[in-house]
Amino acid sequence: MGVTGRAKRGKTEGPILKKCSTGIKGLDEITGGGLPQGRPTLVCGGTGCGKTLLAMEFLLRGALNYGEPGVFMSFEEKPDELVQNYASLGFDLEGLVAQHRLVLEYVYIERSEIEETGEYDLEALFIRLGHAIDSIGAKRVVLDTVEALFSGFSNESILRAELRRLFRFLKSKGVTAIITGEQGERTLTRYGLEEYVADCVIFLNHTVSDQIATRHLRIIKYRGSSHGTNEYPFLIDQQGFSVMPITSLGLDHPAFTERISTGIPRLDTMLGGEGYFRGSSILVSGTAGTGKSSMAAHFVDGACSRGERCLYFAFEESQNQIIRNMRSIGIDLEQWVKKGLLRFHNTRPSLYGLEMHLVALHKEVERFDPAVVVVDPISNLVTAAAPKEVKAMLSRLIDYLKLKRITAFCTDLTSAGGGILEQTEVGVSSLMDAWLLLQNIEGSGERNRGLYILKARGIAHSNQIREFFLTDRGIALRDVYVGPGGVLTGTARIAQEARDAAASTLHRQEIERKQRELERKKKTVDAQIIALKTEYELEREELQQAVAQERLRDDVVMKESMEMARARQADAVPTTAGGKQGRGGRKR
Amino acid sequence: MIAAEGKRVHNGDGEQWILRLYVAGQTPKCLTAFANLKKICEEHLAGQYRIEIIDLLVHPELAKGDQILALPTLVRKLPEPVKKIIGDLSNTEKVLVGLDIRPFK
Repeated sequence: MGVTGRAKRGKTEGPILKKCSTGIKGLDEITGGGLPQGRPTLVCGGTGCGKTLLAMEFLLRGALNYGEPGVFMSFEEKPDELVQNYASLGFDLEGLVAQHRLVLEYVYIERSEIEETGEYDLEALFIRLGHAIDSIGAKRVVLDTVEALFSGFSNESILRAELRRLFRFLKSKGVTAIITGEQGERTLTRYGLEEYVADCVIFLNHTVSDQIATRHLRIIKYRGSSHGTNEYPFLIDQQGFSVMPITSLGLDHPAFTERISTGIPRLDTMLGGEGYFRGSSILVSGTAGTGKSSMAAHFVDGACSRGERCLYFAFEESQNQIIRNMRSIGIDLEQWVKKGLLRFHNTRPSLYGLEMHLVALHKEVERFDPAVVVVDPISNLVTAAAPKEVKAMLSRLIDYLKLKRITAFCTDLTSAGGGILEQTEVGVSSLMDAWLLLQNIEGSGERNRGLYILKARGIAHSNQIREFFLTDRGIALRDVYVGPGGVLTGTARIAQEARDAAASTLHRQEIERKQRELERKKKTVDAQIIALKTEYELEREELQQAVAQERLRDDVVMKESMEMARARQADAVPTTAGGKQGRGGRKR
Repeated sequence: MIAAEGKRVHNGDGEQWILRLYVAGQTPKCLTAFANLKKICEEHLAGQYRIEIIDLLVHPELAKGDQILALPTLVRKLPEPVKKIIGDLSNTEKVLVGLDIRPFK
């Protein structure tokens, strides 16, 4: 355990595999630095897939950028043909040859001119190659394509032995080599070159679907190194070969907390009051005519007002058309174009393949260095390739933009009538940080525009469906009425508003009426209280009078009895006590 | 057939056949090839040939001119057209056919 551990550590810390940078855009990224240095690499693929170009560019970049001279041993194309072919890519082969940075060694093989008799070997090939390498101190070698030997010599057993020797020879020379090989029917190469070149195998292919060609590169094998295993689209253009790695960028791009306005104040409010995150990707999807481009224009207008640079990729409309149309909703994009803050890039999606679009996008972004990129619409790219590829392409684009701190604003046209609005044409919603859904709400004989935030990662966003208008001062958001019959928009909403107003008036009146009634009741009660009080007073007076009369009579009776007693002179009657007693007893 | 060749020989000025043998040092194959060539020439082209030996280890740059890949290679420079025979020339019959000294039977 400990031994293997140490061995492993030794491997990574010690002399790890040195890599030879190809200088080809993207290829160094997926190979983790380039081809294995000092070893041969096999590049195989069908006819016209770009093997020779890859190999040649490897040499030229080496000679031009890394100061490593190279030998191109061609078994197919003659030196003057090569010079012509690469002049169109802007490389001056003759100049490099004159400067001793490149050797073009042409090997001519014609079976009919060669008679074989007895034992032979290919020592002369080694001598030529060795001589070419030594003459300029070459570090890079290309053999294109060594398989031609098989057509020139009939003794295959000699050839195979010699090929094995050739690769040993290349290794002993310490050169980084590319050997090209034509794809076989079942094998990577027609003559099984992969048996000899075991260090690194790169496979190129070229598929045509829907009349649009896409090139792919795949690293089948890379001994002693990790590498990207996917099929990476690549393209060949005026600048040569470039590979577009999908995942090499990874998911480690920085996340920003800075927020930027949507350009529509009420929409900012819906997005937690501050708008989108800078550097995030925003998708606006909707059916035709729901105002996607207008949303984009608002966003662009807002960004340009802050002095940020915007790049607008339009796949549907021309620059002038967009400017004219946006003027109708009160957004003047032309001023930003004139100030150099806004740049349009208009192309038809079907003009070229997807990877070409991606590279065009990359190049424009590199050149203009924008803060905001608008792609309007991404769904149109589907016409250029299969949805899966579009998704791959977009994920690469979004990764790339995120890495560059660029906010990406994409619009997506969803096909109407499908009923699945919450599904993007190219299935990219998962890549997006914020997704706004624009929807036509149909009802009472009209179509009205509704807006809904389907998701906004990291933003406490509104859950409300909003109706919005395209006014001559831009997009205006309204509240949407949700009635028993569904969402009310447009005139239905206005009617509902009127009904609501009427209802509230009625309600107010009702309250007033009730209040008046209360008042009235109070008054009635008050009047009753007064009446009762009067009655009470009357009764009280009556009773008091009665009491007084009774008392008077009492006194009279008392006086009479005392008078009688005195008159009778019977006995001494206590005047007061007896009288009191008698009165008390009667009362009780 | 030999008579026909003989006619050509008689019309020539003594050096009608220029044969160039490419080798790389004194390897057994190269030595065998040279010995075989010498024998064939003496037998069939006596007095009308010249053999040039080119050692590519000494002059590697010369391999390019005649598009030499395999060794040993015999190149018939004259008479035209140029013909190439590779191998140690052990099959005399094939060498004769290859050099057009003796046509196919």
